Amino acid sequence: MIFDYETLKVIWWLFVGILLIGFAVSDGFDMGVGTLLPILGKDDDERRIIINSVGATWEGNQVWFITAGGALFAAWPLVYAAAFSGFYIALLLVLFALFFRPVGFDYRSKLPNPRWRSAWDWGLFVGGTVPALVFGVAFGNLLLGVPFHYDDTMRVFYTGSFWQLLNPFALLSGVVSLSMLVMHGAVYLQMRTEGTIYKRAVLAAQIAAFIMLAGFAVAGVWVAYGIEGYRIISMPPANDVIVPAAKQVIKESGAWLDNYTTYPWMLFAPLLAFLGATFTVFLSRSGKPGTAFFTSGATITGIILTAGLSMFPFVMPSSSDPDSSLTAWDAVSSHGTLQVMFWVVLVFLPIVLAYTAWVYGILRGKITTQTIRDGNHTLY
Amino acid sequence: MQPTLELVDLSRLQFAATAMYHFLFVPLTLGLSWILVIMESVYVMTGKEIYRDMTRFWGKLFGINFAMGVTTGITMEFQFGTNWSYYSHYVGDVFGVPLAIEGLMAFFLESTFVGLFFFGWERLSKRQHLLVTFLVALGSNLSALWILIANGWMQNPVASVFNEATMRMELTSIADLIFNPVAQVKFVHTVAAGYVTGSLFVLGISAYYILRGRDRAFAQRSFAIAAGFGLASSLSVIVLGDESGYVTGDVQRMKLAAIESEWHTEKPPASFTLFGWPDEKTETTDYAIHIPYVLGLIATRSTDTPVEGIVDLRNANRQRIESGMLAYSALQDIKHGRATPLTRRVFEQHKHDLGYGLLLKKYTDNPAQATAQQIDRAAADTVPAIAPMFWSFRVMVGLGFFFLFLFGAAFYLCASRHSCDRPWLLKLALYSIPLPWLAAEFGWFVAEFGRQPWTISGILPTFLSTSSLSSGDLYFSLAGFIGFYTVLLIVELYLMFKYARLGPSSLSTGRYYFENVAMTPSGQEVLK
Repeated sequence: MIFDYETLKVIWWLFVGILLIGFAVSDGFDMGVGTLLPILGKDDDERRIIINSVGATWEGNQVWFITAGGALFAAWPLVYAAAFSGFYIALLLVLFALFFRPVGFDYRSKLPNPRWRSAWDWGLFVGGTVPALVFGVAFGNLLLGVPFHYDDTMRVFYTGSFWQLLNPFALLSGVVSLSMLVMHGAVYLQMRTEGTIYKRAVLAAQIAAFIMLAGFAVAGVWVAYGIEGYRIISMPPANDVIVPAAKQVIKESGAWLDNYTTYPWMLFAPLLAFLGATFTVFLSRSGKPGTAFFTSGATITGIILTAGLSMFPFVMPSSSDPDSSLTAWDAVSSHGTLQVMFWVVLVFLPIVLAYTAWVYGILRGKITTQTIRDGNHTLY
Repeated sequence: MQPTLELVDLSRLQFAATAMYHFLFVPLTLGLSWILVIMESVYVMTGKEIYRDMTRFWGKLFGINFAMGVTTGITMEFQFGTNWSYYSHYVGDVFGVPLAIEGLMAFFLESTFVGLFFFGWERLSKRQHLLVTFLVALGSNLSALWILIANGWMQNPVASVFNEATMRMELTSIADLIFNPVAQVKFVHTVAAGYVTGSLFVLGISAYYILRGRDRAFAQRSFAIAAGFGLASSLSVIVLGDESGYVTGDVQRMKLAAIESEWHTEKPPASFTLFGWPDEKTETTDYAIHIPYVLGLIATRSTDTPVEGIVDLRNANRQRIESGMLAYSALQDIKHGRATPLTRRVFEQHKHDLGYGLLLKKYTDNPAQATAQQIDRAAADTVPAIAPMFWSFRVMVGLGFFFLFLFGAAFYLCASRHSCDRPWLLKLALYSIPLPWLAAEFGWFVAEFGRQPWTISGILPTFLSTSSLSSGDLYFSLAGFIGFYTVLLIVELYLMFKYARLGPSSLSTGRYYFENVAMTPSGQEVLK
């Protein structure tokens, strides 16, 4: 399949979306479980149950994040460069927090000392909570637009500060993101545990789902009436090689709803989010965690798509120089690179999904106190 | 506005620190994973439980190391964007490709199966588990392949062309990128170095058990496997030493000349300078001991191809800078819509030297108008500092031959049915454990420091590659990385020493030393 440039640009918007959703749905529950670890686990056995519910599989899930980073580099190098250098301190906080996870999982139970173990538990809490929060804050700032511009050599300059990323709208997005992943982690825990942890997980899932629903609704109203969206006024044909400055962009209140007005079918995304969360609450309460995990994944997909679709084709709008905004049309790699990487994804992503499913199948089942006792020296 | 030199230095320091920390863990993963495959294969073939215990115990140490490899590896995937954003824009179209493929093809494989390696023993058949172990090893080695394809492209940027419309390098052929000769030799050399690291790790720790007289059967079998694998690996690491990769690419040739401190082109075949004292002021190497023909033979695999000297390469670079000035000037005209067909022709003729023109940006805002003196300074910049290159390389090579000797002795003494217990050999193996790491770090230093002043050889100078950050940002991140990594490294070493000392007793099978001894109040160990 050889595609024209414009088609590949759209495909790559979808691919980046798939990688981000894949990351949020898979590693998302590991992060949610990390946040819940010190809250739901009251003693060492309970905490080991929680840790081992994700211990064998979290590592593969995290690769979604790494791969999304690599794919951005290859397919959207301008976004990779502008976003990570612009959100410098924020991304460092994510990296520092993520450091706690590989070592936290592997080292925690290698020594019996309770203070050692408790320290790593809080490390895993940080490793789950901080990234979940920061990713939401970053998304919120993308919706608001980020102050950056280019010079004539295409060098990017971010002119904001770290603290201005922590504005009310972005913080609300952070809360939505965190509660969404906590909900996801809680229903996952329900699937893998029983008894007291299971009961606490049901409660956690409800609370998280309600916070998320309320936050998502408020954010929706805020996007519609409160903040300015971005709109392309003129642009060269999408099939051309385009540099960001070649287009004209205006900021306007309500512009983020343009796509939903033009293509009403896109409303399935927010609908999926609301319905998914409602079903998740219901299914979690009625003891169907497997189905609840599925609907919770659908909720995450709906929320990420809602934000993505309302911005399309924008990816990273510039608030200080709107014409320099990065979009799916002009932040991309060359035609050849997009084509090569299309094949790479088409071949390898299904393979990854297949063996991941096989591994999950092998490791399925409830983790109980007995499991921990039996595997005292082999489990995390 | 260009980045300040302070920012550039801090960014380089941070990249060097985080990459070198990361490479404290990578080589052991690369080598130990195959050793686990060998041990487990023996288990599957013979059914002897001791090989299963070996796989599990060395696997435990593998896990302690692997966790740190992942921790320090996350940084590397994002650091190009955070700290080298101009680089990311300029070459992402090419360099991002192997990085993304690494994630999809290799890192997913390695990380998805590593959990099953640890937790799948009871849930998988013998053969299935061996397959899982094999996939972990394959994944980690494929990871190395794609990373070295990316790195090889920085050393010898083939398969790409500059696009003046987008102001960046763009990929022209994925096949040429993959089969870049520099990438291929670097890959085999790097993984072989990892195999040496893994082998010496197992050899040294096994020697410790033999010296202590405990878990003999376990230790001797581990020792023998490590000796065999290590001998093959140390031979490969020398034979596949990547000096042969230095003949392709101009910057690689400069690196080779710097390593050899060869100031002037010799009549082929060039002699190899075994030792000497490079003097950068007089541009001579004092007290040099030469071995005739050797350099020409290993670097060019021939007796009639010259190995170019530093002064000649620098003079050639001066001409390329002048050519790059024409390219730069034409590019300005093209960008500002003043281009005539003639300017376009000039640009096409000289654009492969555009990077050399950009070197002048360190001394003038407009390279097209650079003075002769500025051109001289830029040409001088294309020569990396000689002494650190010369010495680092010799330490690395010296260690390489030492490993060959050590594994040769270990293999001969074990394989020829002498007993492995020669205390001098066992002690030598034990205390040599850190040396492969030293060799690997020196090797990377030679490869990357020797690439200066470029991030992409001949294409993009280092001082233009960074993000537009403040020095304060860099002090914050540097402090964070060094602080986190150092604390975690101490924790890792503590656990590694603890479990290595404990040995296979840590498996709680009831079959090993510490499970069958009791401590007397005076601290002596007696059999239960």
